[in-house]
Amino acid sequence: MPKGSVAITAERCKGCGFCVEFCPTHVLELSSAFNAKGYHPPHMITAEKCSGCNLCGMYCPDFAIFGYKFPDLKGGKVGPA
Amino acid sequence: MSTTPELAILNPVEEVLRKDRIPTIWCPGCGIGTTVNSFAYALMGTGIDLKKTAIVSGIGCSGRVSGYMALDSFHTTHGRAIPFATGLKLANPELNVIVYSGDGDLTSIGGNHLVHAARRNMDLLVVCVNNMIYAMTGGQAAATTPGNSMSTTTPYGSFEPEICLPQLVDACGAVFVARWTAFHVKQLERTMAKALKKKGFRFIEVVTPCPTLYQRRNNMGDGLAAMMDYKNSQQDQERRPHLRSGHGARRRYHRR
Ligand SMILES: Cc1ncc(C[n+]2csc(CCOP(=O)(O)OP(=O)(O)O)c2C)c(N)n1
Ligand code: SF4
Ligand SMILES: [Mg+2]
Repeated sequence: MPKGSVAITAERCKGCGFCVEFCPTHVLELSSAFNAKGYHPPHMITAEKCSGCNLCGMYCPDFAIFGYKFPDLKGGKVGPA
Repeated sequence: MSTTPELAILNPVEEVLRKDRIPTIWCPGCGIGTTVNSFAYALMGTGIDLKKTAIVSGIGCSGRVSGYMALDSFHTTHGRAIPFATGLKLANPELNVIVYSGDGDLTSIGGNHLVHAARRNMDLLVVCVNNMIYAMTGGQAAATTPGNSMSTTTPYGSFEPEICLPQLVDACGAVFVARWTAFHVKQLERTMAKALKKKGFRFIEVVTPCPTLYQRRNNMGDGLAAMMDYKNSQQDQERRPHLRSGHGARRRYHRR
């Protein structure tokens, strides 16, 4: 069960690859699909490893991705770490 | 402007951004947007009154930051962000005034203002995005362009060494001086939060990639290559602390 996930706004992405490179658990990969501007936005390849740490969101220069934690039964909250 | 379908939850930084102005003008791999994330989290984390916070920029790619922040913002003439901010602060002493601009703007054309604002200890937070070039106008050499590097105005390589901003501002008497790179997002956030809570002249330099106008002419790859270099040169410095002083790490990389 993953601890979190990412939300991606593909149309904002410019394909710089920062999120793919700096994700500590290597959850992301640039997809082969294009967005309207012709860039390759990222997608999750190993979603179960995502901890929702939001480091991808900290690195994204175009505000196109962010991570969030799933609420857990011990009273955690939704939102970036 | 964006035709993006709405997500169920919003990116937390959008709280302090003007969403209607996204996408930004910045190139793919440009590091300015990354520094904005750290700044946004620092602003939200410190809980300062955003209604009493103003951001002032000069002209340049970095100068566009003020236009993307949902704060009172001021896009001033080239090089004169600090004089505008000084006036703003003197007339409205209750405001938190932040200057967010480029290296060419703050330290080359506006270098004198930086020196004297630091000397007077004006109550401003200055964030200097150092991409080592006058980027927006096509890549002319600035005072921060490292020696030997190519630019449109130095086709045989720059003959002059660059200035070291933290040392300069420190010598002028600033109360808080820091330097990070766009790779150090968490450290930068913490430093910005700390600086936001302080009084007096505070200066933060952020070294960022400019793949389009600096790196391309110097065979330095794309934005990601620069970020990897920041990461690796930090690890180098941790292993070999004698390289830590001044611009050691940066010089080594740029010398061809
Ligand atoms: C008085 C004046 N001189 C020159 C210019 C042209 N100009 C616009 S942006 C710029 C370069 C800005 O460089 P920097 O502050 O480093 O920002 P960057 O684009 O690198 O982020 C210059 C020289 C101008 N707008 N006004
Ligand atoms: S020219 Fe350089 S500084 Fe300007 S947006 Fe492009 S990469 Fe960024
Ligand atoms: Mg510049």
